[in-house]
Amino acid sequence: MRLVLGLLFALAVAAVVGLGTTWLALSRGTAFGAVPIGAWTAWPKIGTRDVDPYARAAIARSGELPLGSGDGVAFVAQTDDGGRPLDGRCDVLVSGTTPQARFWTLTLYDPQGRLIGNSIDRQDFTSQEIVRHSDGAFDIIVAPRARAGNWLPTNGIDRYVLVLRLYDTPVGVATRAAREVPMPTVTMKSCP
Amino acid sequence: MIRWLLWLLAGALLGGIIHLVAVLILPRTATQDAYSRLAPISPVNAVVPVPEPSPQKEVMPFMDPAFATAVCRYDLSNGPLKLTAPVSAAYTSVSFYTRRGVAYYAINDRAAGRKVIELDLMTSAQRSDLPEDEDITAADRLIVESPSTTGLILLRALAPEPGLMPSAHNALTKASCQQQQEQQPAPAG
Repeated sequence: MRLVLGLLFALAVAAVVGLGTTWLALSRGTAFGAVPIGAWTAWPKIGTRDVDPYARAAIARSGELPLGSGDGVAFVAQTDDGGRPLDGRCDVLVSGTTPQARFWTLTLYDPQGRLIGNSIDRQDFTSQEIVRHSDGAFDIIVAPRARAGNWLPTNGIDRYVLVLRLYDTPVGVATRAAREVPMPTVTMKSCP
Repeated sequence: MIRWLLWLLAGALLGGIIHLVAVLILPRTATQDAYSRLAPISPVNAVVPVPEPSPQKEVMPFMDPAFATAVCRYDLSNGPLKLTAPVSAAYTSVSFYTRRGVAYYAINDRAAGRKVIELDLMTSAQRSDLPEDEDITAADRLIVESPSTTGLILLRALAPEPGLMPSAHNALTKASCQQQQEQQPAPAG
């Protein structure tokens, strides 16, 4: 009787530990080979043959196709520079310059990777559309209501992610969390 | 008390094994991976456009809306493929994925260095069967080895402004991926 109870107990522990950690690892995302720069994080290895098993499982589960490393690299921001989650009801300023790249795009998604509908039908900016300062730096205002300049509408959703994709860029697997790679700052300006 | 701790330890160990096995098996059991999502809209060994992502509907999550996308769902079991993709005005890339979504090769227009990206896609076995003919091993022939028999080729053309999207789409309509006829084994006789 004791043996059976013990065995059942061990199996229950195994199920909770095994499935719980798997679920956690895949839903939170793992950090193998992450290149964090300010609020932005890239996983350049996801676009290569050396992608780790956790990333493989996460990709299969979400159904996305990662950016190949010969194509470009994607930086994801889920928070501002201070670590506060990006909130679609707040005004967020994305400001500065990007690493060297032939083109880049900045796209706003909900946390599941869907685009957000809005009145001006804008979900992204490319490096060619953006209005810049005379020194080449830019300001993008991510906000629920219309703003002058480069306005990326959030439509007031709770949580969103920003993805900055650099195409034809030297940034990649060899890049360490580097000071020499300038990424735009992400600052929460005002919240209602 | 000790006995229960031992059971707990055994359970945690077994849980760790379950965790590893689950992570490794998951890609094989996924029914909503990119390949399964694209299969209904893409015939085998042909280039077809992928619908642009919109807030209402998208084929895959995290697609870049600034790009026109086309896909070739390939099957190399009947021989190697030849991929031809004319480059668009701004930026064109070709990315290769295995059946499980591993991006094993990608090249952009500038790296390809000409107006048309031309690649031969084959499995390692098919590559080793290639005759060692000088014409075929000529340096200008770009050969890509696929780790899996089936997979996806994603062709993408950038529209730097929304107004340029039709021309980006247009560039992709001229792309093709076709079985190489000359690679078919000659009938014995």
